[in-house]
Amino acid sequence: MATLEIKDLHVSVATEDGPKEILKGVDLTVKAGETHAIMGPNGSGKSTLSYAVAGHPKYEVTSGAITLDGEDVLEMSVDERARAGLFLAMQYPVEVPGVSMSNFLRSAATAVRGEAPKLRTWVKEVKQQLAELEIDPAFAERSVNEGFSGGEKKRHEILQLALLQPKIAILDETDSGLDVDALRVVSEGVNRYKASGETGVLLITHYTRILRHIKPDFVHVFAGGRVVESGGPELADQLEAEGYVKYAGKQEAAGIA
Amino acid sequence: MSTALPAALANTENKGHSHGGSSDGRKTTVPEASRAEWFTSYDVDAFEVPTGREEMWRFTPMKRLANLHTGATSTGAATVSADAPAEVAVETVGRDDERLGKAGVPADRIAAQAYSSFAEATVVTVAKEARASAPVTLTVEGPGAGKVAYGHLAVRAEQFAEATVVIDHRGSGTYADNVEFTLADGAKLTVVSIHDWADDAVHVSSHHASIGRDAVLKHTTVTLGGDLVRVSPTARFADKGAEVDMSGVYFADAGQHFELRTFVDHNQANCTSNVVYKGALQGEGAHTVWIGDVLIRAAAEGTQTYELNRNLLLTDGCRADSVPNLEIETGEIVSAGHASATGRFDDEQLFYLQARGIPEDQARRLVVRGFFHELIHKIAVPEVRERLEAAIEAELEAVGT
Ligand SMILES: Nc1ncnc2c1ncn2[C@@H]1O[C@H](COP(=O)(O)OP(=O)(O)OP(=O)(O)O)[C@@H](O)[C@H]1O
Ligand SMILES: [Mg+2]
Repeated sequence: MATLEIKDLHVSVATEDGPKEILKGVDLTVKAGETHAIMGPNGSGKSTLSYAVAGHPKYEVTSGAITLDGEDVLEMSVDERARAGLFLAMQYPVEVPGVSMSNFLRSAATAVRGEAPKLRTWVKEVKQQLAELEIDPAFAERSVNEGFSGGEKKRHEILQLALLQPKIAILDETDSGLDVDALRVVSEGVNRYKASGETGVLLITHYTRILRHIKPDFVHVFAGGRVVESGGPELADQLEAEGYVKYAGKQEAAGIA
Repeated sequence: MSTALPAALANTENKGHSHGGSSDGRKTTVPEASRAEWFTSYDVDAFEVPTGREEMWRFTPMKRLANLHTGATSTGAATVSADAPAEVAVETVGRDDERLGKAGVPADRIAAQAYSSFAEATVVTVAKEARASAPVTLTVEGPGAGKVAYGHLAVRAEQFAEATVVIDHRGSGTYADNVEFTLADGAKLTVVSIHDWADDAVHVSSHHASIGRDAVLKHTTVTLGGDLVRVSPTARFADKGAEVDMSGVYFADAGQHFELRTFVDHNQANCTSNVVYKGALQGEGAHTVWIGDVLIRAAAEGTQTYELNRNLLLTDGCRADSVPNLEIETGEIVSAGHASATGRFDDEQLFYLQARGIPEDQARRLVVRGFFHELIHKIAVPEVRERLEAAIEAELEAVGT
């Protein structure tokens, strides 16, 4: 059973005024079969945590540890982490001009699976996922994310999740920018991925809206670069009612969607 | 008098410069002298010997020009071999052939030197209403290491003629030439000029296009090899309603200087021009220059023009200069825009691909191929497309990323 373990993680980013510490000792364990929601105010470091796990070069881990099934993730390159079974659905997916979505998906699947998928089954597989996520097949010939709307980008992140079947998926504000219909389609995609019970999900969100579709087992409040409180689903309801004011000193309700 | 570009018409984008002197994106400038007033002459002695401080020469390493600018005498000859379908005539002619020198007049001393010095010229003619059944390939082999040669080529597409011409430059030595494209009314000519020289080669070339009423010229330069390659394609319209598409792909390695100077002279009404150049650079001392001059004269009402240059710096130590110049003498134009950007290799794109498991070297290749894709897939000759893709692959292998 897959386990992602984050221990006392400190992360800095280089700024003009020198390094700035953003994560200040994050402890978190996500196991297969579990869904964790991380909720927190803007700027609290949620995306930084997800980038640090994925290995983005801009974020420097100054101390602490990240392991996947006991393996040292921090020793791995970005692509090794992905092949080891980590996946990050990004808050702002990147446009890659001139690289077609179909070429990209096939290259990624080949890398993660260790061999090129058989063309016939691959075509079927992609077609089915496109249908489930209500994505027009014409997207396959477009450049990766180029000119996609916010919602289209998020659907494609979930498409990649479905095709790559990672052990642990981090979804960074996958709900933002989605209308009600898209939120349902995307949430169903995540729930299908979860259904095997062999995968773990770390769902980062600002709002409780998506948690009505994707049920978390654990909810963590993230503020000031750390997990400041953990609990069950009831914690989300409490945040909905009270906002983050207690944690961040801000007048902000979590329920405004 | 020309005026600087009104801000409302400009669509200038100048972003992503990297620091540390490895790249140099510049703001739009109006040249010191308007392009309308540039001196031209067939006679080399009418030009002063340039020092390298002139606007026109300031990016060029003059020491590496093998004295082309100071009057280097011809010590060899380039060999031109043609592979053409039956509909296209290819002739070798003397200096006095009256069809030569019609599409444009040399605008710099080396072009005038070449015009004053060539011994024989190649004339390619696509007859009236003829449609070439296959691309014409002209292979130009340099004079050999240490030798200097001058040349001249004239490509003539008569009324409603259609053809594709590939000019494939290879080999060693120093070569300066003028290449003319004359398009009569309604002609459609596609040109791909490939500069895939050996490491020692020096090539300074002026292309002159004269484009007739409703005619369409698609002109592409591909610059891959040589020590110094400087190509100056100029397009002028002989009548209204014409269209020119100028594009270029270049890939400079350590120590190479590639300079592309495009000039579209909008001297007629209702003409369209589109200039898109893209380059990649890698290695210490790789230097590319793109100067994109567009002049919209008072008579050129209803003009549409756009130009774009993008450069990708793959390693430290290389430098890309990019200077779009847009001069507008009439307010009655449809659209005019330009953009220029020089960026480091896009780390965000690389991260995104790697985050999906794609190994770094493969991800890098995908990004660079993607960068050139829009230009390469438009090249009309499949063999050239494949060769270019293979050349880019080979360049990327060479850097050993
Ligand atoms: N590259 C960077 N340079 C400088 N500061 C950065 C950088 N990346 C993040 N930060 C800062 O770190 C803090 C945390 O940012 P992060 O994006 O992780 O927050 P977040 O919790 O994901 O916010 P949001 O809810 O808005 O997505 C912010 O103050 C942000 O400005
Ligand atoms: Mg964020």
